[in-house]
Amino acid sequence: MRNAMLKSALPLVLLIAGATSALAEGSEADFKVAYAAAEAAHKEAGTLRNQWTTTAATLAAAKKSADAGEFDQATASAKEARALAKASIFQATSEKERWKDMEIR
Amino acid sequence: MRLRSAIHLASAALALALLTFAAPAVIAADTVDPVADAKAFKKFFTDKFPKVKLEDFVNGPYSMNEDMYKQWEEKEQFPPYEFSLEMGKEMFSRPFKNGKRFEDCFPNKGIGIRQNYPYFDEKEGKVITLELALNRCREANGEPPFSYVRDEMAALTAYMAFTSRGKPFDIKIPNDPRALEAYQNGKEYFYTRRGQLNFSCATCHVQSPGERIRAEVLAPALGILNAMPIYRSEWSGMGTTSRRFTTCNSQIRGVPLTPQDDEYRNVEYYLSYVSNGLPISGPGARP
Repeated sequence: MRNAMLKSALPLVLLIAGATSALAEGSEADFKVAYAAAEAAHKEAGTLRNQWTTTAATLAAAKKSADAGEFDQATASAKEARALAKASIFQATSEKERWKDMEIR
Repeated sequence: MRLRSAIHLASAALALALLTFAAPAVIAADTVDPVADAKAFKKFFTDKFPKVKLEDFVNGPYSMNEDMYKQWEEKEQFPPYEFSLEMGKEMFSRPFKNGKRFEDCFPNKGIGIRQNYPYFDEKEGKVITLELALNRCREANGEPPFSYVRDEMAALTAYMAFTSRGKPFDIKIPNDPRALEAYQNGKEYFYTRRGQLNFSCATCHVQSPGERIRAEVLAPALGILNAMPIYRSEWSGMGTTSRRFTTCNSQIRGVPLTPQDDEYRNVEYYLSYVSNGLPISGPGARP
């Protein structure tokens, strides 16, 4: 009886273990995609000479969470870093003409 | 048919003529005119602060506030930059390992020349600041460069500024399109908003001098570099122009550039030029 129960539980345990592992892998993959996108945008802001300290800090936080295996948090931070980097790119681009509005003439 | 062709031809000729006359107007609007800029810059600040004498703008926040001016006068009895000044004097005269000294790298042996920096080097095609020239002097004589943001550089520039006290800024823009470009780029940097806080240099030092930002009274941009380097109570120490620029950037949540990058050299060129005629007052002391 006991053996029969163990035999029937084994596939379930294996299924749960597999699902958990697949879930973790998926989350890590999401993080990697989000992080790469954020890093690329931050780099682009760098070529425009307009990186923000907050982007750099949020990228570092994403990396720290990923190193701790907290991929949901890491992905959220990476997405936030990308949004910040995109804003810094927008700022640098729009300021190419807008600075003139402030000039003393 | 002939009439239609003639009308088309006449229209084309008219359009071409309009373009020909309009083009110089567009270029004229974008023409770089440092003399006019400097005049407008001084007028802006003297109109905004009619009670402040032109030469007093070099005293930064102290020129904006009567109580602070009194504090400053008292501070000047025992100035906090005195130790740095003595250190700079000693460092300036100390020979390098090869026996040469800083004085061998500069006109007039480095005495009373602060007001001529930064200058545009036509050979190199770039702006040369005093801090950069000091480090190049060290490197040319086999010595490692100093950090641009630390005490040694502040001490050296404090001593050199002290020997120029009272001499008016005399920044020249040679007849070289690269010099005008450097000046214009410096101006653009000065007015460009950056960092997450979306501030430009002008946000604080043109729009809001005399106003408080937290506990600080903001200095006017006119004459702001005449007092460099400065002892800042907030830093509990001396700060170079490089330190001021990089700190401003990080305070508005922008990643600072590397000290003496072209942008910083150009903005120093621009800001110094528009303060031509105002006396060197460095080293200074600020809250």
